[in-house]
Amino acid sequence: MTANRPWRGARGMAAVGVPALWSSAAFANFQLNMTPGVTSVSHRIYELHMLIFWICVAIGIVVFGVMFWSIVHHRKSRGAVAAQFHESTKVELAWTVVPVLILVGMAIPATKTLVAMEDTADADLTIKVTGYQWKWRYDYLDEKVGGETLGFYSNLKTTPQQVYGDAPKDEHYLLEVDRPLVLPVGKKVRIVTTAADVIHSWWVPSLGWKRDAIPGFINESWTRIEQPGTYRGQCAELCGKDHGFMPIVIVAMNEPDYAKWLADTKAGLLAERDSATREWSRDELMAKGASVFQTCAACHQANGQGLPGMFPPLVAGQPFAAPEPLLAPLRERGFLDGAGNIHIGSVTQHAEIVMKGIPGTPMSAYAGQLSDVEIAAVLTYIRNSWGNTLGDVVQPAAIKALR
Amino acid sequence: MSTTADQIAPAHDEHHAPRGLLRWLTTTNHKEIGTLYLVFSLTMFFVGGTMALIIRAELFQPGLQIVEPYFFNQMTTMHALVMIFGAVMPAFVGLANWLIPMMIGAPDMALPRMNNWSFWIMPFAFTLLLSTLFMDGGGPAGGWTLYPPLSLQTGAAFPFVILAIHMMGVSSVMGAINVIATILNLRAPGMTLMRMPLFVWTWLITAYLLIAVMPVLAGAVTMLLTDKYFGTSFFNAAGGGDPVMFQHIFWFFGHPEVYIMILPAFGIVSQIIPTFARKPLFGYASMVYATASIAFLSFIVWGHHMFTVGMPLAGELFFMYATMLIAVPTGVKVFNWMATMWRGSMTFETPMLFAVAFVVLFTIGGFSGLMLAIAPADFQYQDTYFVVAHFHYVLVPGAVFSIMAATYYWLPKWTGHMYDEKLGRLHFWCSAIGVNVLFFPQHFLGLAGMPRRIPDYALQFAGFNMISSIGAFLFGLSQLIFLWVVIKCIRGGEPAPAKPWEGAHGLEWTLPSPAPLHTFQTPPQIDPSEAHG
Repeated sequence: MTANRPWRGARGMAAVGVPALWSSAAFANFQLNMTPGVTSVSHRIYELHMLIFWICVAIGIVVFGVMFWSIVHHRKSRGAVAAQFHESTKVELAWTVVPVLILVGMAIPATKTLVAMEDTADADLTIKVTGYQWKWRYDYLDEKVGGETLGFYSNLKTTPQQVYGDAPKDEHYLLEVDRPLVLPVGKKVRIVTTAADVIHSWWVPSLGWKRDAIPGFINESWTRIEQPGTYRGQCAELCGKDHGFMPIVIVAMNEPDYAKWLADTKAGLLAERDSATREWSRDELMAKGASVFQTCAACHQANGQGLPGMFPPLVAGQPFAAPEPLLAPLRERGFLDGAGNIHIGSVTQHAEIVMKGIPGTPMSAYAGQLSDVEIAAVLTYIRNSWGNTLGDVVQPAAIKALR
Repeated sequence: MSTTADQIAPAHDEHHAPRGLLRWLTTTNHKEIGTLYLVFSLTMFFVGGTMALIIRAELFQPGLQIVEPYFFNQMTTMHALVMIFGAVMPAFVGLANWLIPMMIGAPDMALPRMNNWSFWIMPFAFTLLLSTLFMDGGGPAGGWTLYPPLSLQTGAAFPFVILAIHMMGVSSVMGAINVIATILNLRAPGMTLMRMPLFVWTWLITAYLLIAVMPVLAGAVTMLLTDKYFGTSFFNAAGGGDPVMFQHIFWFFGHPEVYIMILPAFGIVSQIIPTFARKPLFGYASMVYATASIAFLSFIVWGHHMFTVGMPLAGELFFMYATMLIAVPTGVKVFNWMATMWRGSMTFETPMLFAVAFVVLFTIGGFSGLMLAIAPADFQYQDTYFVVAHFHYVLVPGAVFSIMAATYYWLPKWTGHMYDEKLGRLHFWCSAIGVNVLFFPQHFLGLAGMPRRIPDYALQFAGFNMISSIGAFLFGLSQLIFLWVVIKCIRGGEPAPAKPWEGAHGLEWTLPSPAPLHTFQTPPQIDPSEAHG
């Protein structure tokens, strides 16, 4: 996740130690089967899955039974003499027709379930799920806060130290987020999925389905969660480097708890927005910036050094070897000096590249993803870290002016 | 039918041939080209296998220990490309080269010079493909399916990958044209279509599939290229395109491609089981029709690879029903093999062991395939380890086992020596146990909710991942036994008779072992009782 070489080397290899294996809590869990889940759809899918599984087991017992009986008894070493039959239209017909009938028997319940799953009518509320490299955003389309739709990003909470074995792994290793999607129990929730950059797939096994999040298109699904609880899932479509590190957590609440959560969240978001108008201190901005930079670190790395050939370093004077299509837009925007090293431009130039992104490269436009405070903080952080000594303090008000 | 001297090339035909490396570079002989293909394929099998072991080593336990996620993604992508286009497909082309002319009584392939080109494109294509691992930004890491927009984020490697895929495609199409031309034009008198050995039949149908779909892949990757470098928007929604359209085009190629890798395997198993059951193949005609039906159905089921992209209900139902239908002809094949073994007089030399394991384990892959066909359940299975388990069951103990069975079965004919039966059996048992320890637990992982193509996983998946990795190393290292058996057999061993297998039928067994460089220069007489060996 952070180092810029493909191999982790000797230190990594040493971590594959025997004691670590047996002390791990992991061995308590050998889940064999699909979860029945917590929605009527997931129950139906589970039943369908089991029905077809048992049909396969039954066919398997017959076919393998005959084969193994034959293998044991029709051996040359047992004196078996080969029969010479090699055709029978009746038998051929039978083992064509019987499977067709079995398939029809499977198709009927499968069709019914599919039809029910596609019925997104009469939803009580609609959530828009947007996939990003590498996090999710949830928008409550029916809820407004200060004139805008209620929405927030949901990032992986597991620390790199846990991933690299420098800290013990939590119980929900890789399946924890900073802000879960909170849903009311017993309500029909319509979920529309889309993506900002590449294709992702939103999957919580307890709901019974996954649905691809496709940039430029919107997919619809629905769910009605039956019991309160925390349900975890992951992105299911390869979406780049940190595909394995963008989990989904749903917290399902009873109606009163949900209403309280909604009110608290709205109040919190309003307070956050108000803070954009006041003057921020350098320390505040640096602290906030360090946490916002985790978004950037997915590509530019936690040490700001980027990855050669792919993601430029954010440190002035660093060389960046990359194919021309990556270098040209940087040069145009004044981020490469004459020697081809990284040059960090003015605050305005810098803010622009962050807010508008570079079309055609993995650098997305963050104007919509980050608040004024967050952009101001992360710019301050970048301009004063890893040997960058531009000394600027970028205020949220300055970013607001640029919008 | 007996082999007479005039069917074997007189020695003076050969002394103009160059020696050493130039001999292999310029050869137009189907047996030599067959050998080149098989050696190339085995090399790529070890290259792709090493990548698989890197993947399984990283997944041995939770956390990142050995590789970084981006390099992991390069490994999953390259492993697939190398195994599909470098190991499995060339192995079948190699077998086709060696066997089809000998099985139908032809002197060589119909287009020998093109045959030389078909092969020699491959090493260049794969050198190009593998060299991308050392380029700025690394090799392709968006999965072998190359879905945009992700694949468009590939670095300097991108155009090289596309060119390599084009070269593989050209090679495959040329090979397929050659197979069709040979089978349709060079059969010995009396070798009617319905007397051809099933391996020839399955390859004929496979060759048509190749010609139909490789250009589709070429079109899809060319559109990716223009989207990235020439400002087109085929797959870019912002420019009026559709990323899902790529998936439709890709899988229109991709699903027939799956059968390109399994139909010749069906052919091989249909040769081997009758030999060791000492009983004619049950339902020859129905086997031919089932193969043709599978090939036809392969063109109308592509949507089942993409049930979760949000197709209309009618589309989902169509692809679900069409996919379920494949179970019928595939079932017919399994039942026919079962009926061939029934009341036979069986022995279990290594080729038969691999063939029987093929039938059992391929059928398990078929069962999980049937489960995956059920669209609502697929919403849970899609893109999980359940899918990984499914396609590895049909490709490893399926396609790869059939190639190994074929190697053991025809090695005596190729080398003139018997292979070491003890080592062969050791190789079989290590492989059969290893492959199940490797892939069976992956069914559980997928059902428990582990997505595919992730370098690190939640703690509840740790147990089965560790078992799977242990199986991977057992299976991987067992293949060194295979390598040793083949080398040992080439270097010497008990001399093989013309027909080393008591129950074998077919023209190739009428030739001496090793098969001379030139055979059937005069077409053989076909004995109707020897029909469809």
